[in-house]
Amino acid sequence: MTSSIVVNVKKKRITELLASGKRTDGRGLTDYREIQIESGVIERAEGSARVRLGKTEVLVGVKIATGSPFEDVPDKGVLTVNAELVPLASPSFEPGPPGEDAVELARVVDRGIRESKAIDLETLCVEPGKLVFVVFVDIYILNHDGNLIDASTMAALAALINTKMFKYTVEEGKIVKKPGYTPLPMTDYPISVTFAKIGNKLILDTWLDEEQVMDARLTMTMTKDGNICAIQKGGGSGYFTKEEIVEATKIATEKTAELRKIVVKS
Amino acid sequence: MPLFYEKKQLVAPGDLLAEGDYVSGDSTYKENGKIYACRLGLVDYDGKRVHVVALKAFYIPVPGDTVIGKVVETMPSGWVIDIKAPHLGRLRASDVVERSFKPETTDLPSIFDVGDLIIANVVEYDRTRDPQLSVREPGLGKIMRGQLVEVTPTKIPRIIGRQGSMVGMIKRETGCQLTIGQNGLILISGRSPEDERLAVMAIRKIEKESHTSGLTDKVTEMIRKERNAVESK
Amino acid sequence: MQLKANKKKTKRERETMTNKKTETLIDKKGIRLDGRKVDELRPVKMEVGVLPNADGSAYLEQGRNKILVGVYGPKEAHPRHIARQDRAVIQCRYHMAPFSVDERKSPAPSRRDVELSKVIREALEPAVFLEYYPRTSIQVYIEILQADGGTRCAGINTAALALADAGIPMRDLVVACAAGKVDGKLVVDLMDTEDKVGEADVPVAFMPNLNAITLLQMDGKLSPEEFETAINMALDGCKQLYAVQKEALKSKYVSVEEDKEE
Repeated sequence: MTSSIVVNVKKKRITELLASGKRTDGRGLTDYREIQIESGVIERAEGSARVRLGKTEVLVGVKIATGSPFEDVPDKGVLTVNAELVPLASPSFEPGPPGEDAVELARVVDRGIRESKAIDLETLCVEPGKLVFVVFVDIYILNHDGNLIDASTMAALAALINTKMFKYTVEEGKIVKKPGYTPLPMTDYPISVTFAKIGNKLILDTWLDEEQVMDARLTMTMTKDGNICAIQKGGGSGYFTKEEIVEATKIATEKTAELRKIVVKS
Repeated sequence: MPLFYEKKQLVAPGDLLAEGDYVSGDSTYKENGKIYACRLGLVDYDGKRVHVVALKAFYIPVPGDTVIGKVVETMPSGWVIDIKAPHLGRLRASDVVERSFKPETTDLPSIFDVGDLIIANVVEYDRTRDPQLSVREPGLGKIMRGQLVEVTPTKIPRIIGRQGSMVGMIKRETGCQLTIGQNGLILISGRSPEDERLAVMAIRKIEKESHTSGLTDKVTEMIRKERNAVESK
Repeated sequence: MQLKANKKKTKRERETMTNKKTETLIDKKGIRLDGRKVDELRPVKMEVGVLPNADGSAYLEQGRNKILVGVYGPKEAHPRHIARQDRAVIQCRYHMAPFSVDERKSPAPSRRDVELSKVIREALEPAVFLEYYPRTSIQVYIEILQADGGTRCAGINTAALALADAGIPMRDLVVACAAGKVDGKLVVDLMDTEDKVGEADVPVAFMPNLNAITLLQMDGKLSPEEFETAINMALDGCKQLYAVQKEALKSKYVSVEEDKEE
């Protein structure tokens, strides 16, 4: 098959360059591509953001609705994260319900937001056991050129920061809108960095070619005070040694702080 | 240069068998100068060669093997045969029908139909294509009668025995015809169901006790004992 | 294969689940809800070759977890388009029986099932010599008959045995164990209540010979130092379970030997 022939040649070139600490696009091993963030691009959504990471493009929309809480957590609002690998984003995406890659992407981004308590779900409770706000975070991949996880985490974070909720009072168990908006209360700003292992080198922010030849990937999401709130190894039939994981943790601490400044500032 | 086990010891995947200047044989692999088992079985050291006789392994076709298979599909160009291997076997129509064979006029299912059992030889096999079979030689072709017994392929050499001594003994003692497929399928055809049953019992005993010695005698004894027990009823 | 019912939840466990008080997870003497110390694994039992139809199979009990795995293959990949020309593919399905949890779970695959099927497959792939069987697929069906926390790790342990039982060549067994943070302390092998009410959960899968970590996830909150300690605790648990796996595989053969004596 011609495609696997191409992949072998690419893999060789990429691995050779990496051995001397270089990447095909000239970046350092832990350099991210150019990041562009625009917020508030979809007015009908309560919050939105569009992130371009190199040629990868992700759009996240946040919608807020009301609903009943989960039975076992009656005093908390509901957060749900969904991702769609929209077919126009890549020749390899097909229409249909979310496949395992879309499900994994959504759940990893969800974990970052949920475990860091980025949104304090208790503040979204209107009437315990009866009425809460439901926050829908929908990730829409518009162009796939590698590292969808980090781009999606940044876009989701930027969209949540951008989210405004209408002011309201509760009258007779019902929500009544008042004029004006308040920003969604946030208590943390989770950022993910995704490492790829090619040969025995760890690199950050893979573009598509690198992603297609990587042996495995490791995503680490960290909170604003340097704690880890989510980790996911995936992306291939390779593996990491414990030493590589410890090294990655050190790089992640530094890198997530850097990226957070960029996202929060926008 | 250390060896870590004794001959005929039981090893599991991942067990370190040897380190140093050794060659990795069946069901083992070499990495960084170390030889590890990759299947559960009995380890054996043969000079510089380290191998494992696997307890269970599926059949991998080898050109020259005789196999028994089931026809699972008929196509214009031939048949697809399930030979209990990771890949399906192919039998070309041109192997069976005369040279002037025309797909439109030859009725392939009338020769071999889906569900038929055949005995065939493996003529060609490499990992990039499906195994090619042939029924040209005498003794090959469709199986019309008999009982089929399935064993794990690694036990076939023991069932055949040195220079056919074991299978020869079973044939003599039970009066049955035995056709042995390297892929673990054995066809038994006897004068009576009782004879066939004895042959099946013998095969099962060999399968269970393949690692013991003096097995030919033990099996002979078992068949005779069983036959007497039945006849005295 | 013997399915045995264990004791149901203790009063202390039930209270912790309802009150969600993390303080009751570990008592003043350092004893957890089920009587274990922080570095103790749940009692585990493994059995190989339990399903007559599957090419390979295994059954595992760990605490209240009851896991059954059947493996088929390698065989022709179906549907054709999933086949790879250069190696076998593993099709892995992690599935929970509706009666496996307290509140009946719908048999339809949830998003969690989809994610776990993927990460478990990725944990097993590095162990199998996939390149020996191009254009084939190896099917791994993991059924959680009863769940009590740590089912993905238990599923991996059982699946590795089933693959070995099927005679599929492997570089090493894959062994998995989780560690985490409960009531402020780092513990190993979290049960369900500890996972739900605790502060962090880190499942790890490992191939000891190659020093290879093939599954690593984390949810909760840990400092980088706590995270490193947790990995070490999990790897320690893995080493213990690896010995149980080897024993389970080898003892199947020994029982064949014993049969012959009769």
